[in-house]
Amino acid sequence: MALALEIKGLRKVYGNGFEALKGIDLEVKQGDFFALLGPNGAGKSTTIGIVSSLVKKTAGEVRIFGHSLDSDIAAAKRQIGLVPQEFNFSNFESVWDIVVNQAGYYGLSRGVAAERAEKYLKKLGLWDKRHGASRMLSGGMKRRLMIARALVHEPRLLILDEPTAGVDIELRRSMWAFLTEINRSGTTIILTTHYLEEAESLCRNIAIIDAGNIVENTSMKALLRQLQKEVFILDVRDSLSADISIPGFDTRFVDEHTLELVLKKGTSLNEVFAALNSSELVVSSMRNKANRLEELFVSLLNPK
Amino acid sequence: MTAAEQWIAFYTIVRKEIRRFMRIWMQTLLPPAITMSLYFVIFGALIGSRIGQMGGFTYMEFVVPGLIMMSVITNAYSNVVSSFFGAKFQRFVEEILVSPMSNNTVLWGFVIGGVARGLLVGLIVTMLSLFFTTLHIQHIGITIAIVLMTSIMFSLAGFINAVFANNFDDVSIVPVFVLTPLTYLGGVFYSIDLLPEFWAGVSRLNPMLYIVNAFRYGVLGTSDVNVVTAFIMVGVFTLAAYAYCMYLLRSGTRLRQ
Repeated sequence: MALALEIKGLRKVYGNGFEALKGIDLEVKQGDFFALLGPNGAGKSTTIGIVSSLVKKTAGEVRIFGHSLDSDIAAAKRQIGLVPQEFNFSNFESVWDIVVNQAGYYGLSRGVAAERAEKYLKKLGLWDKRHGASRMLSGGMKRRLMIARALVHEPRLLILDEPTAGVDIELRRSMWAFLTEINRSGTTIILTTHYLEEAESLCRNIAIIDAGNIVENTSMKALLRQLQKEVFILDVRDSLSADISIPGFDTRFVDEHTLELVLKKGTSLNEVFAALNSSELVVSSMRNKANRLEELFVSLLNPK
Repeated sequence: MTAAEQWIAFYTIVRKEIRRFMRIWMQTLLPPAITMSLYFVIFGALIGSRIGQMGGFTYMEFVVPGLIMMSVITNAYSNVVSSFFGAKFQRFVEEILVSPMSNNTVLWGFVIGGVARGLLVGLIVTMLSLFFTTLHIQHIGITIAIVLMTSIMFSLAGFINAVFANNFDDVSIVPVFVLTPLTYLGGVFYSIDLLPEFWAGVSRLNPMLYIVNAFRYGVLGTSDVNVVTAFIMVGVFTLAAYAYCMYLLRSGTRLRQ
């Protein structure tokens, strides 16, 4: 499959001597929903900054759908839509002007720009706000405005740098649904986020960057297979005693109707059910404790 | 991008720039109109009537071209410096930097925005001056050429200032401490023939003198300096400023990390 993004030997040394990227290689396939994760200061935003040409690279090569940032920058830029971490639009312009002007910067005629602006502002629930000044929008609306602006020229690669930071859960889920729809329609998406469950539920492939190096680059499924254990939360119908134990499993009493159970790699759920039956516990519901990826993330960054 | 797409991008910036200064007309168009009207009243009508002739013209006729040019210079410069620095400050310059527009498109979009404000304010001031005197333009071609070249030159200079500015103080330093004094000392209010030889020589080092006098030559047909020299100087400064702006955009100085 063709590559949406190809990075080879990318290095960045800032003016103060800080080496933010130490020669990373990265490939993102066309149509992928890709997570780029890492702790603060790991090099995620620098990578995105270089790809979107807001940051100058020190060395290395970047290709976007085959277009080199060095030799074919205009074609490369045209493929990208960027949703940055910080709000970066004029506070004094209207929502409509911000989106339509951005289309103009990509050479789209006023008619096409207006059509696209209407389409994306409606999809992102900003249509009623189109005549208002952008500074009057709520934080979540401002994030959605940046997504509409990034999509107005219909890029093939959408890069989102922590798009749901500071967004409430309801809005976050509606943004997830929207991004999934955009991805299904063929747009490649690269996402950085601190919400690991967001990456887990949305992304098919993942790279973890730490201190300027890629420490993991694989599919989400392969990564999650590395889990040595999973924790399930059991809601129990009858009251539990604090010293409850289930033979063969580590458990933790949470409250009199809730129990955590640790499932080691290689153990099947059937064994869990059998043990629950023999303990005569009636389980009314069972769910995976979130943050599976978080556990892996922490273990990859702290290999001890 | 095709030429047609570049044109759309250029037009988008120009339109946005013009709408910006029209939206805040109380800050951009009204102040020069009021200031210049006061100049006309005080220096032209009240004091000027006691001064008598200057270079063969009434004092009012003499100062009007310089005051028009002063308005064009400061407004062309201020428009670009405040707009581009504002875009940098609020980071929406990134909208432009991530787009596939050429550097020329970006630069000329902002420059023409500055030229538009400079010319509009120049026109407003000219209209106001007609309440105090009559203008019989002697050389229409020279008048238009020098005002256009000057507004382009100072728009380019404003762009350079905006690229290097770190805060709003840096934006106002040049207009307040450089442009205005140089213009005042550049023969707006007097002919350098009135100065002692030494100070007349010093004045000849002031580029504003050439710009103001070239414009005055276009309007009144008289100048303290050689008009050809004035055009060559403005042309050279404009080309140098353009080349430097393009270097700044290409290298990403102060724009890309």
